Amino acid sequence: MKLLRLVAVLAVLCVIAAGGLLAWGWLAPTGPEPEPPFAGLPADMPAGMSRGEYLAKAADCVACHTAKGGEPYAGGLPFHLPFGTIYATNLTPDDETGIGALSADDFVRAVREGVGSQGHLYPAMPYTSYAKLSRDDVLVIRDFLMTLTPVHAVTPKSDLDFPFDQRWGMAFWNAAFFREERFRPDPGASQQVNRGEYLATALGHCGECHTPRNIGFAMQSRDYLAGTEVEGWKAYNTTSDTTYGVGGWTDAQLKGYLWRGHAPGRSSAAGPMAEVVEYSLQNLSESDIDALVAYMRKVEPATGEDNVAVNIDPAAVAASTPLRSGGDNPAYLRGERLFQGDCAGCHQYNGVGRQTDFAALSGSRAVNDPSGTALVQVLLNGTEITVQGRHQFMPGFARSYSNADVAAVANYVLSHFGDTEGKVDAGQVETARSGQAALR
Amino acid sequence: MIDLTINGRAVQFDGDPEMPLLWFLRDEAGMTGTKFGCGIAMCGACTVQVDGEPVRSCQTPVGSVTGQDITTIEAAEQDRIGAALQAAWVENQVPQCGYCQSGQIMQAMALLAETIEPTDADIDAAMSGNICRCATYSRIRAAIHRAAETLRA
Amino acid sequence: MTRHHSSTSFALSRRQLLAGIGAGSFALAVGTGGRLALAQELADKAADAASLFEPNAFIRIDTDGQVTVVSSYLEMGQGTFTGLATLAADELDADPAQVRVEAAPADASRYTNPFLASIGFAVQGTGGSSAMAGAWNQMRQAAAGARAMLLSAAARDWDVDAAELSVEAGRIRHAASGREDGFGAFVATATTLTVPRQVTVKDPSEFRLIGGHFPRVDVPAKVNGSAIYTQDIKLDNMLVAVIAHPPRLWSTVRSVDAAAALEIPGVQYVVEVPAGAAYQGGVAVLARNTWVAAQGRDALDIDWDESLGLTTSTAQIFERYRALAEQPGNVSVEKGTILDKVPEGGHVIEATFEQPFLAHAAMEPMNCVVHIREDGVEVWNGEQWHTADQGAIAAAMGIEPGQVTINQLYAGGSFGRRANPFSDYVLEALAIARAAREQGHTGPVKMVWLREDDTQALQYRPATVHKVRLVLRSDGEIGSLQWRAVGQSFFPVPEGGTDALLVEGASDFAYRTGALLVDQHLANDQRLPVQWMRSVGHTHTNVVGETIIDEAARLVGRDAYEYRYDLLSDHPRQQATLKLAADKAGWGTPLAPGADGDRRARGIAVRESFGTVVAQVAELTLHADGSYTVDRVVCAVDCGYAINPDIVKAQMEGGIGFGLSFLRQEITLEDGQIQQSNFHDYPVLRMNAMPVTEVHIVPSGEAPTGVGEPGVPPIGPAVLNALAALIGSYARTLPLGDSVSLT
Repeated sequence: MKLLRLVAVLAVLCVIAAGGLLAWGWLAPTGPEPEPPFAGLPADMPAGMSRGEYLAKAADCVACHTAKGGEPYAGGLPFHLPFGTIYATNLTPDDETGIGALSADDFVRAVREGVGSQGHLYPAMPYTSYAKLSRDDVLVIRDFLMTLTPVHAVTPKSDLDFPFDQRWGMAFWNAAFFREERFRPDPGASQQVNRGEYLATALGHCGECHTPRNIGFAMQSRDYLAGTEVEGWKAYNTTSDTTYGVGGWTDAQLKGYLWRGHAPGRSSAAGPMAEVVEYSLQNLSESDIDALVAYMRKVEPATGEDNVAVNIDPAAVAASTPLRSGGDNPAYLRGERLFQGDCAGCHQYNGVGRQTDFAALSGSRAVNDPSGTALVQVLLNGTEITVQGRHQFMPGFARSYSNADVAAVANYVLSHFGDTEGKVDAGQVETARSGQAALR
Repeated sequence: MIDLTINGRAVQFDGDPEMPLLWFLRDEAGMTGTKFGCGIAMCGACTVQVDGEPVRSCQTPVGSVTGQDITTIEAAEQDRIGAALQAAWVENQVPQCGYCQSGQIMQAMALLAETIEPTDADIDAAMSGNICRCATYSRIRAAIHRAAETLRA
Repeated sequence: MTRHHSSTSFALSRRQLLAGIGAGSFALAVGTGGRLALAQELADKAADAASLFEPNAFIRIDTDGQVTVVSSYLEMGQGTFTGLATLAADELDADPAQVRVEAAPADASRYTNPFLASIGFAVQGTGGSSAMAGAWNQMRQAAAGARAMLLSAAARDWDVDAAELSVEAGRIRHAASGREDGFGAFVATATTLTVPRQVTVKDPSEFRLIGGHFPRVDVPAKVNGSAIYTQDIKLDNMLVAVIAHPPRLWSTVRSVDAAAALEIPGVQYVVEVPAGAAYQGGVAVLARNTWVAAQGRDALDIDWDESLGLTTSTAQIFERYRALAEQPGNVSVEKGTILDKVPEGGHVIEATFEQPFLAHAAMEPMNCVVHIREDGVEVWNGEQWHTADQGAIAAAMGIEPGQVTINQLYAGGSFGRRANPFSDYVLEALAIARAAREQGHTGPVKMVWLREDDTQALQYRPATVHKVRLVLRSDGEIGSLQWRAVGQSFFPVPEGGTDALLVEGASDFAYRTGALLVDQHLANDQRLPVQWMRSVGHTHTNVVGETIIDEAARLVGRDAYEYRYDLLSDHPRQQATLKLAADKAGWGTPLAPGADGDRRARGIAVRESFGTVVAQVAELTLHADGSYTVDRVVCAVDCGYAINPDIVKAQMEGGIGFGLSFLRQEITLEDGQIQQSNFHDYPVLRMNAMPVTEVHIVPSGEAPTGVGEPGVPPIGPAVLNALAALIGSYARTLPLGDSVSLT
């Protein structure tokens, strides 16, 4: 499968190359730099944070530009792509290995056009979204980065298969898939919605994960935010679709999820999304979170592909108490037994959870998704999040559970908390297991 | 200042609200009946009750339970169910090393508060989160049934 | 009551005549209420000599009639305190309610374990399931001596003939005069008497408490949270230490940045702790509150020098063991001539077994309280290895053992872990206390290993590879058995030497065998310290022995029980125990059918260990998806005279649960780092996987043997044999997990 896809990608790239070069001329933005859409700082800007730091957090630079256990912003985090591995660069102001010697113009170019000192960047760097940023905002972020303590950390050389190791090739990709456009506020929308859109698209680059990609790995615009699989996890449909998206969520739920990682009665952020909340969203001001919520209400509903409908009142949960499980299908007994021992202490049977709100499972998309994609990830690898100084975590069971065990627990959980017949099998768990091993 | 109600007594704590209730109880309040076993809510040795619900105190920040009624093993005997369980525990000679038993009893108290006619399946569901490395499980099961019987009488 | 004089007489040894307790100690003492008696209470009584009758080192009686039994053994759940109380109370004819148990101080002159001494460890310690075997005579003699002196005192006080006196429930009676009083009334006179040189203990026919129901002395305190464990100790000016061990084993600290840790309110000291021979050391953070210390530990920025760090992986270890298993090793036992060729009509089983490192994982993670003072060291600990730890501390400090006071507390499990041959965790606690003292902390230090530390700080049940070749003759007899074990020993073994504990269960293979050759390889050079775990070598050898005998029965077409019974002709106790288990389990009768798609079978296994024979029959259900559940286990045990039958049963139940956990547990090493950390990756049997257990005790008049360990070895192979009955093949690599492949 992977090979086929590669060949297809190559073919597409070649075909579009010629046309792309021709198109280059009129796709590049012209004219003067537009005015930044906003003054920048929200009125309720968190205390003790500079504008640049705030925007850097809103753009979540640190999540990618920090290696596991490494110095913040010093780069080195590997990105394992189907055609090789690339590494995030060092954003500290070290002259040799960081951005210390990079001029303001070059920095802006790298962020918004994907052209760095080494040549074209790969779109793992979301310049495709950052292109919408105002020059002012990019420079303010740069100002903040320049205040960091320089860390001498050489970014490892990328290791890509031919032809992907040819950076110039990205010019063709850009020509085909990249529209370098600044953000333009919608005059018909409120200031709040416009600000929310700027936060979601230009800074937060939500679409980079939540939008399915086309055959050339570019965001598929008609399915904007309709959900897809990322790093073996699910980035769910976050359109306003009431069945498959977040259209049915209350404002409080959306706000809770974005700002604090937990939507009461709905999902909790886990895996990569937990990192987004931890590093980025929890730092935003309340008015900015409200703006994001307001914007999300306006996102066109889309059904997407692997859509998940959530049953917020499953029968077995209704029949259960915190300590006693009711209405379970005996077919899932094996998973239920493991759940009783290893899971119920926090998650309970009635969907509410104990010790922490994050343990509540009712209404969570992960436990309603019959593919069990995220569920398998969280069972294998656990998840963690630190919000407002409080560390919340679930340990992973990869070492003590066989693939069949993971599948059994996942299918029990889907049945009990989602009223859904899970499709998880040992083979899928093995794939997830080895996939994560490869990512490490 | 954090205001707590532990076994009916008002207690104040002037410290980090993120400190797990377990360590507040043990190291600050001097109530060592609640045990530390794993620190990740996977063994149940630290189980206490908060507003009647069994809670793993090792994962419960002390600041999150202000204004709620906290009950520990030290007050179990003042509770009708707790006393019945303790008597049944003695009658069935349940404990071996005994380290997990505070948590077992606090968990069982919550189960019997839900039902005084628990089935074996109910006991499995409610009690499997509490590890006993000495494997006194058969006796715990028998003692829960026995306590339930005395409570029904 | 009239005493029969057919009973056994003993001359009391000098050791038993020694009296006195260490005053001012803060020792564990429990009455039948199970509560902790504080030092002062004991000291006060000790100070008032006339109020205390202390005929020997094991019994004290005060003027209130309170009988204090002194336990030189650790109570870690195995019921020893109660066993000792039962022995003493019965021999004294005391009321169980007037008896309490107090933990002995560490004192080699009075409390050396007679069993351990007999096998070369002249220490006061708890292990080898030896307490009841050792106390059977010792405690009864001590109590009989005390009883005789109380009677002499009563005879003197009342001016009557001692032979006319009787004792019941702690009261001495003179029938003719109608006089009656409690023990306490005669303490003053008894203290003036000399200890009799010769005493007589009861004949079993006279037992009133032994063999009956004697409530556990520790239970009341263990159901209301008042039982005190090391973890619960809080002393004036005490700090709690949480230590950062090197992630890669045996790495050392190059440098540490403690600034962030020291900024945490409550963190008082950060100390470097150099590694010892048996412990890792690292950097410890001290605070009043355990959680604060742990926060501090996590905030440390340590640069580890990994040049001395381990780089091995378990995969490499097993690869090496497998290669060694192909080479002849040092011979442990050689009897008869091994059959190279399989006889006509015979069979051969050639099999290699692999079993992992295991962690003890007691519910109370390892900990120890140490107070270094000008005049010596005081320790509070769930102490299992009293005088060895005392000696190790004295040696490390350059002081006399007598300057090291050990206060013994309950242990929240141990399973052998608290009896480390090299005092690892005790010496680490001492090292932290010393480092803190150098920085100016003069109070006690409580070292607390969190669960992750406990799982990762070494001292595992050793991993093993066993290679066996069993040749069966055409008549079903075992022609010969070659058994090669590869593993590690707990103590250094000279070049060319062998370790008996690695092959216990193999070298004394109980089944009738034409020839037996047991040899072994010890990989003691790999810097991965190992330690005995509950049932020691039997934990792994019995998986081998009891599955190959099962397979042999299958190959020669015999019933697994009958074949065993036949081949155990030299071991009638094992035969009788096996038979009891089989009879009670309904061996040979059909099992009730399971649900649709389920298949059910029984498996049987037996093992004599620590002098006790245990046989178990496991009833197992194999589900359609390959997962299995152990539904019921019928257990028979011959432990000689069962002093406390209910405790014997409890230990069998617990042993079964402990052994079942082995099916899912392993400790692995990757690139020098332990991969498991807590109960999510080191699973322990839980309530819903505990089978229904049924324990039957073989009636016996023999001297008692221990029950703490022998319940463990049969259960693993019994389950594997039941599985094999359904799937036709025997698992030879553990952990098995909770399912088998049916494809």
